[in-house]
Formats: sequence, C-alpha cells, structure tokens
Amino acid sequence: MAEVLVYVDHVDGAVRKPTLELLTLARRIGEPVAVALGNGAGDTAAALAEHGAVKVLTHEAAEYADYLVVPKVDALQAAAEAVSPAAVLVPSSAEGKEIAARLALRLGSGIITDAVDLEAGDEGPVATQSVFAASFTTKSRVSKGTPVITVKPNSAAVEAAPAAGAVEALSVTFSAQATGTKVTGRTPRESTGRPELTEAAIVVSGGRGVNGAENFAIIEALADSLGAAVGASRAAVDAGWYPHTNQVGQTGKSVSPQLYIANGISGAIQHRAGMQTSKTIVAVNKDAEAPIFDLVDYGVVGDLFDVVPALTEEIKTRKG
Amino acid sequence: MSLRIVVTVKYVPDATGDRHFADDLTVDRDDVDGLLSELDEYAVEQALQISENSDDDVEITVLTVGPEDAKDALRKALSMGADKAIHVEDDDIHGTDAIGTSLVLAKAVEKAGYDLVISGMASTDGTMGVVPALLAERLGVPQVTLLSEVSVEDGTVKGRRDGDAASENLEASLPAVVSVTDQSGEARYPSFKGIMAAKKKPVESWDLSDLDIEAEEVGLEGAWTKVDGAAERPARTAGTIVKDEGEGGKQLAEFLAGQKFI
Repeated sequence: MAEVLVYVDHVDGAVRKPTLELLTLARRIGEPVAVALGNGAGDTAAALAEHGAVKVLTHEAAEYADYLVVPKVDALQAAAEAVSPAAVLVPSSAEGKEIAARLALRLGSGIITDAVDLEAGDEGPVATQSVFAASFTTKSRVSKGTPVITVKPNSAAVEAAPAAGAVEALSVTFSAQATGTKVTGRTPRESTGRPELTEAAIVVSGGRGVNGAENFAIIEALADSLGAAVGASRAAVDAGWYPHTNQVGQTGKSVSPQLYIANGISGAIQHRAGMQTSKTIVAVNKDAEAPIFDLVDYGVVGDLFDVVPALTEEIKTRKG
Repeated sequence: MSLRIVVTVKYVPDATGDRHFADDLTVDRDDVDGLLSELDEYAVEQALQISENSDDDVEITVLTVGPEDAKDALRKALSMGADKAIHVEDDDIHGTDAIGTSLVLAKAVEKAGYDLVISGMASTDGTMGVVPALLAERLGVPQVTLLSEVSVEDGTVKGRRDGDAASENLEASLPAVVSVTDQSGEARYPSFKGIMAAKKKPVESWDLSDLDIEAEEVGLEGAWTKVDGAAERPARTAGTIVKDEGEGGKQLAEFLAGQKFI
C-alpha cells in the first residue's frame, strides 16, 4: 500500500488535534508516515502510533525554531524523497500552507490548500474545498507530481487506529535558504485555558453589539459554561475589544465547529466566510433584519445583555 | 542608496458581489465588478510608509498579472502614491493556478529589478495565501511573511509575525519577499491630487514573451491542479427565529439541550 506523508504540528512533543485528523484522512489514501520536527519530535510517536502512523520520521535541530519556515521545507523534502509518498498532507495553518507551497514547488507538484474533506480517487486523492465565503463547494485534485494538500481543522474525526509507529531518524541537510529569515525573538501567547479557536467543538463569538472590551466578559462566561472557544468579529477586533488571534472571518480564522453562537454580529460576508460551514449556527442580535439570521438554525431577536447572561445561567443550572 | 520596492497586487471580483464560476470552472470575472484586493491595499500602504520613513531614494512599482480590467487595480495603487506600474497581460494566462502565477510574478519582479517585494497576506478571491512563499522560493531570497509590523533599515528588513502560538520577531537581509496582514495599519484613501497624478504615471504592459515564459507553463492546461466540479452550497434551511420577551435565554438553552449541546 502506498505511503502518505503527514506533517506533524506539535508543541514540544504534544501533538495538536488537526494532525490526528490528518491521520484519519491519510488512512483513506494509504499508510500514514508522520514527519515530526524540532524540540520534542521523538515524544510525538506514541500519540501518532495510536492514531494510525506506521512510521514516525523525526529530526531535532535548533534551526526549526531559530529560522522561519524553510528548515521545515528542507526536512519535508528529504522525507518525500526518502519515502516517495502517494500524497503529502499538512495542517492548514498559516505556516502549514507556506511549508506546503514551497515543498510543492520543489517537488514539481501541484498544491491544494484548505481542503475540508479528502477521498481516494482513480486519479489520486480528491479534495473538497469550500470557496467564495463558503457559498460554493469544489472538488479538486492535483494533476502533476506528488499531491501536496493542506487540510483545515475539524475536517475529519480523530479515530483510534493503533499501528506500529516505528520511530526512524530522518536525515536532513539544510539548504542555503534555510537560515535566510532569523527569528530574533518569540513571545508565547498567554494561555486562556480555553480550547484553540480553530479546533474547538463550540465557538462563542461577539461582535459590534458587545460594545466594549469589558463586556466581552459575558461572552467569555457563556463560552466557559459550554467549554467553548471565544471568537470575535472584525468590528470587535478593529475596535480593540478583543485580540486579533480570536478574529473569525476572511482575514482571521476560519472555523467549522459543531456549534457556533454569534452574539451582536450582523453577519457581513467577510464574517460569514469564516464560520458558514459550522454545523449548527445560533445567533443573538437586536436587529431582526441582520443577515446572520439567514444562516441560523435558531435565532433570538433581542438584547444580548439580557439573553446571553440568562442563557449562561440556564446552562449552568442544567449542567448542575 | 536607493531602494526598489515592487508591490504585487491582484484585481479580484468584489467579495460582496454574487461570485460564481465560469463554464471552465475558473472564477467568473465578467459578471461581478472587480477591484484592487482589499488585502493588497495594506501592502501598498506599507510600501508608502517605508518610503516616507526612509532617507534613501525609494521607488515603488506596483505589479499585477491579470486581464485588461486589472489596470483598475494598478490605477488605485498609483493614486495612493506608488510611482509606476507594470501590467502582465496575456490571453494564455487565463486559468493559471498559484504555482503558475508565482512563476509569472517571479519573472516579472526579476525583470523589473527589486530590493524588496511586498505582498498582501492573501487574495480575497482564491484566499490560498501561498503566493508570497512561492515567490520567495522561486527568487531564492528570504521570506518574511504575515507581518503586522514592518520596517527597513540599512539593507535589513525587520517585522513582527503574530502566530497562533507566539508572536515572533523576524529579521532578514535584502533582497527579500515580505507579506503584510490587515493588522499592519489602515490603508490610506487616494487624495484628489493623487488620483489626478496617477493618470500621468507610467503603466508598462508585458506579455509572456517579454518574460520568456512558454504558454504551456501557465494557463488552465498548464495548471498543476484540476477542478473537477463546483456546486453551489445548498442554502441553509430556514431556522427558528424567536423574539426575546424575557424568555429568550431559556428558549435558546432549550434548543441547545434538544441538540445535545448541553
């Protein structure tokens, strides 16, 4: 059976959920071979094996943290040349897409980004993408070289599928370009204790109607009652009420949770682009004419300062 | 010292219009009004700011690849304050994918001459966000991308990249390829004077033969990816809308419980 390379997104050895989802998709096409790089790479093997990796190629070097993107491209290229895979799958983060693009060019291969589903096909893997602010769905495939495909979080379920997960050291020679862009400083984000926005099963968002940074506390309280991530519309982020890392929409994150709760968000096309593929959509808005109500499974026309705290209380009561 | 900046921009269908696909499954560019991609305005803005903050002689060239109408995007950038423009236009380019576009841009940037290339973070139509990285790979120069802050001094570009896990400070020697996000600073509106001045600024037109690119390397046939089908997403079925009469929160909780979210 053909091997499929899966690029592992991990933090000091802790594998992030989208990578485990990639293993589910990779198993539809062939045998997953994971590539883990940088500090803690070897510690990823157990989690990867449990979810179907037959092999885990690892390489640790300071270059992965000290320089931008290119060292990882060099390593993935080395892995692709060693394995001759049927496809290379990479999580669709900002960095993941950059790594994948440069790799594709080096391999002489086409690239598909932001796939939301992946199936085996007669002429190679077929990727489903959601385009034009999620108003269209396309089916695409790579027609030249080894398909390089980036896949969005929440595109597949994480499945246990125990495999050998044999760790092998990957041999990597860094290119002349590898040290071109130096990372001179790094400030880790403070953890909020909430789930990662793109990975969360439930997202609770606030927009212009929240009307102030201090009022986001009621959005956070609702999120915490559901174990949800917090999102914000561009209007709220531009006003300085909530950090840009939490922005949902065209220039922020694209999310596809089981449940999306939009509070005080009108639903402009740029926002819809980032949340329209959510399974269930709920909105609270004062304006009955707000376009967000065209998308909802359930909507409440009302003041979010009344409805949201009441909802939070009710959830807490029901959860006991 | 002089600094040559090339800003790559894209002419895109208006995102608020009713965008769809043409029969050959390329983006239909006829039925929706086009404009300079909003995300590229930030790139033009940062080029102008680098120029304003520099003691060097800075020349800003704005470059686009696209059909005849794409000149509108160049005019907008010129009216914001760019010095000159290059329009790469060729019938054989229709249907080119990101890999092919990066080839055309790389050849054009090399022909124009550059110390710094500045791009937006992504286009508002394709939204892949990979062209700056592809351009850096093709040009063999440092990639300093997704910056929310950028500055150039003494042949070095510095910037801040706000990632999910951390905020990183980056540094590279020129020549380099930079991309900036919508957090880099509000783009200016063209002044009346700027709009008038733009009409007199030079716009060069190049085709594929000017760039030594064969037709087979680009276009729909030359694309390394194929779109097999496109379907309009079914409209979401109309949901339940209630007016809050004091029970809105409870009613919503009831719905969520019914869907097993609570």
